[in-house]
Amino acid sequence: MAEAKKEQTTTHKIGIYLWIWGLLFVLSFFSYMVDWYNFQGLLRWSLILFFMFLKAGLIMAFFMHLFWERYALVNVLLWPMTAIACFVGLMVAEGKYTVFSRLFYFFVGGA
Amino acid sequence: MSDLNLDKLPGGFKGMSEDIGSDQTTFKGVNWGKAMMWIFLLSDTFVFSCFLVAYMKVRASVVEPWPYPSEVFALEMMGVPVPLLLIAIMTFVLITSSGTMALAVKYGYEKNRKMCGWFVLLTAIGGLTFVGMQAFEWSKLIFHDGVRPWANPFGAEQFGAFFFMITGFHGTHVSIGVIFLFIFARKVFRGDFDTGRRGYFTTMKSDYVAIEILGLYWHFVDLVWVFIFAFFYLW
Repeated sequence: MAEAKKEQTTTHKIGIYLWIWGLLFVLSFFSYMVDWYNFQGLLRWSLILFFMFLKAGLIMAFFMHLFWERYALVNVLLWPMTAIACFVGLMVAEGKYTVFSRLFYFFVGGA
Repeated sequence: MSDLNLDKLPGGFKGMSEDIGSDQTTFKGVNWGKAMMWIFLLSDTFVFSCFLVAYMKVRASVVEPWPYPSEVFALEMMGVPVPLLLIAIMTFVLITSSGTMALAVKYGYEKNRKMCGWFVLLTAIGGLTFVGMQAFEWSKLIFHDGVRPWANPFGAEQFGAFFFMITGFHGTHVSIGVIFLFIFARKVFRGDFDTGRRGYFTTMKSDYVAIEILGLYWHFVDLVWVFIFAFFYLW
């Protein structure tokens, strides 16, 4: 029974869930519109990333209740994401190098 | 143990340093199963990140043109190809099921057995619809368009391998989630979390926090789809 009492049982008003739900629909619709209107290049990528991170943030903060959790849990979960960001950075550099060497050796014919 | 009052503890980073330095449980007020689910989801995040990073890296380094997803995933509607139609519907279905899961968790907190059960069941049906549409999408690509992991008629050969790997792994997560949602809908309706009936496999008593833990998993599945939708279908 001690375990049961230790857990916090908070409930939130239904309105907040319905708002987030609606926002997720609107944001998904907007990101679909990016494709519909056929935006290209930097505009397309930045809009996709913007809507993606907004949706991901809303889901994590409110649907997964991270907004209401104590920092001890939130920080344990979010700091490891910086490792992924580093990995992305490394692979961007690696991808550029790979496509350069492929173009160079496949088409130019090497040194 | 009932003297733990979270409202009296300091919040923010000061609270974090005191929680960690308290020589007691670090995640105060968090059920152990919930903490474990979060740790699992963190590791799963790394798995999916590796898939998506690998995919983007390969896509950036092929010399042939990458298949244009807007055309590959278009559906004919009355003779007109509509880009990403099925994918858009799948996205909305998954978000809907995520919303119903959030409501199920809310009613679970309030120990409202019937509403919680109905919303878990609704979530399960939404997930099942998603898996069904994904099966349709796969069969169209495999039998109609002839996409294979090693070749496809649209462009760079690596496309098929990454498509089947990433959406397949996500679909597996959804399918496992649907199975658990149906099991837990039955458990909620039977009143397991009110009576403290012991689980068949775990032989442990549980309460409505189990619905919150299941909800975390389900929202994570939706979260991963947000990234797949952005990087695979829209990019």
